[in-house]
Amino acid sequence: MKLGARTGGQSRGIATYFEEASERLALEDGSRVGVIGGGPAGSFFAYFALKMARSAGIDISVDVYEARLFDQRGPAGCNHCGGVVSESLVQLLATEGINLPPTVVRRGIESYVLHTDVGRVLINTPLEEKRIAAVYRGNGPKESEPVEIAGFDRFLLDLAISAGANVVRKLVTGFDWDHGRPQIMTPDGAESTYDLVAVAAGVNSHIVKTLNSRDADYQPPETLRAFISEFHLGEATINECLGNSMHVFLLDLPRLEFAALIPKGEFATLCLLGDDVDEELIESFLATREVKACFPGNVVPAPVCHCFPRINVRAAVRPYADRIVWIGDSGVNRLFKDGIGSAYRTAKAAAKTVVFRGISRADFERGFWPECRNLIMDNWIAKLIFGVTTLIQRVRFLRRGVLRMTALEQQREGRKRLMSSVLWDVFTGSAPYKEILLRTFHPMFPLRLAWNLVAGNVVRTKEQGVREEAQ
Amino acid sequence: MSSAGLGKTYADGEVIVRQGETGDCMFAIQKGQLEVVKHSKDGEARVAVLEEGEIFGEMAIFEREVRSATVRALGEARVLTVDKKTFLRRIQEDPSLAFNLVQMMSRRIRRLSGEIADLRPGSVPRSQDTLALTEAERQIERRKRPDRRVNSDRRTGERRRGTERRGVASASAKKD
Repeated sequence: MKLGARTGGQSRGIATYFEEASERLALEDGSRVGVIGGGPAGSFFAYFALKMARSAGIDISVDVYEARLFDQRGPAGCNHCGGVVSESLVQLLATEGINLPPTVVRRGIESYVLHTDVGRVLINTPLEEKRIAAVYRGNGPKESEPVEIAGFDRFLLDLAISAGANVVRKLVTGFDWDHGRPQIMTPDGAESTYDLVAVAAGVNSHIVKTLNSRDADYQPPETLRAFISEFHLGEATINECLGNSMHVFLLDLPRLEFAALIPKGEFATLCLLGDDVDEELIESFLATREVKACFPGNVVPAPVCHCFPRINVRAAVRPYADRIVWIGDSGVNRLFKDGIGSAYRTAKAAAKTVVFRGISRADFERGFWPECRNLIMDNWIAKLIFGVTTLIQRVRFLRRGVLRMTALEQQREGRKRLMSSVLWDVFTGSAPYKEILLRTFHPMFPLRLAWNLVAGNVVRTKEQGVREEAQ
Repeated sequence: MSSAGLGKTYADGEVIVRQGETGDCMFAIQKGQLEVVKHSKDGEARVAVLEEGEIFGEMAIFEREVRSATVRALGEARVLTVDKKTFLRRIQEDPSLAFNLVQMMSRRIRRLSGEIADLRPGSVPRSQDTLALTEAERQIERRKRPDRRVNSDRRTGERRRGTERRGVASASAKKD
């Protein structure tokens, strides 16, 4: 007999609650979780889900499907990414008790150099401390010497293993449903049924497109083609030419959104983002004087390794359903920046939801989606900020003013670093774009910018730190 | 230290935080050891040795008090600063971020309670078995860290045992 039917009135609500509770989709002792992809999103999810489940007293098992162990040099062991762990993520991970060891960090970044056609300026971190990590996602570029390094993805996968995750070194070739539960298929014909599957396969994997999810309205994210290449320069040359700085280029080249040169051990990683980067854009970028000046003898060497990975530029539609959730690149990401940070945020939000709320579509809607929505809202503001950045890229008059304002802030001790902090966070991806935008509302910001636009273009004084070059 | 490490490198004896100063950040030890020293009118006394992976200065994040002790490098050490603003902004969105800190503070309170109990007049000092258990617990914690360095751990263990022996001797002397 139903409790509500017997006692009537207010008890009906209680009965409904218990009925709903008994039908609730949730992880319990013995639940099995499958994770497709052992990159940062998959490893973070496995690590946090196991850790949180243990603290909640639930005994679950997690299988991470990853065919690679990220210990091969070159593309075979790599996840095709610029490999920068942002300042905010380095700090948050340290707070979580996850410290990146020197075997993983190929170089600690302590400053940025902004290159434009009207000069360049060095932007130092306020604390003069290395808080940005340049890492390899795999085990270094093709043709690199075997050294005692560990890739970032391997480090995180080991972390997940230390928390109790089981790595299944197989490709995922298919996905289906078995009596309402997700099922993962592998090339050896094995079929494993799970209570929950987290998809962390990125946007460069075929599995994201081939996944068919019953009752899911999931649509994969929109992507753009980026370009990443590695140059072997040797550690001494890197120290001399690039130092511990990430070099960012604001050049007036059509279709170019962002370009950065990142020093890592004996190599420098070039990362180009834009409107479908192609050979023509790469050649015109490498032919600019500003880029050549970063290499010894003003000659850009041949890259030892390169790839054209796709990046997430528009969030996936409804990246969750009953018993399935999409995290990292295959779900929602920050626009152009801090992809690893987005993987951490969405993976942790998904882990919290599945352990403390449940694994139904409604649970993800309430627990996981708000984190994704924050990222999506912030990306709208990012579009505005990158629109302004593009304008600065196109208009030399603006570049002179921005460069002059930044250089003066860097030179004068105690001066409030308004433009420097905005540029720093736009380039590093450390702060939410909303916060960066709010900083430009500081009353002194437009006043100083206006003065520097006048002084940089009319007065044309040459401050130390700004190298204005004749065109 | 190599260019690969994160944080700021401090030379032996260099002060990271000074007792009495106001602070707006906490710290995570990336490499090396630090000593925590309490200054009083009687001089200074070492109250703890902090190891790689430990977090300190977290009280400045949660309360507007001055630093309660001085922390300085014990040999060369590398330390990462965690900004109060970055931490508090994120903790609004993800309160579980504080979980690791709460666990760490809980362990410290447990250890301090044990030490206070040992120092009270008439209390029976903790047996060698209890001390061995504490050391075993610490070893388990060290094993959980992804980047293990056997030599560093061995050296650390020896130093720790020395410190603990001194701690027990000092407690016994006070009771006498």
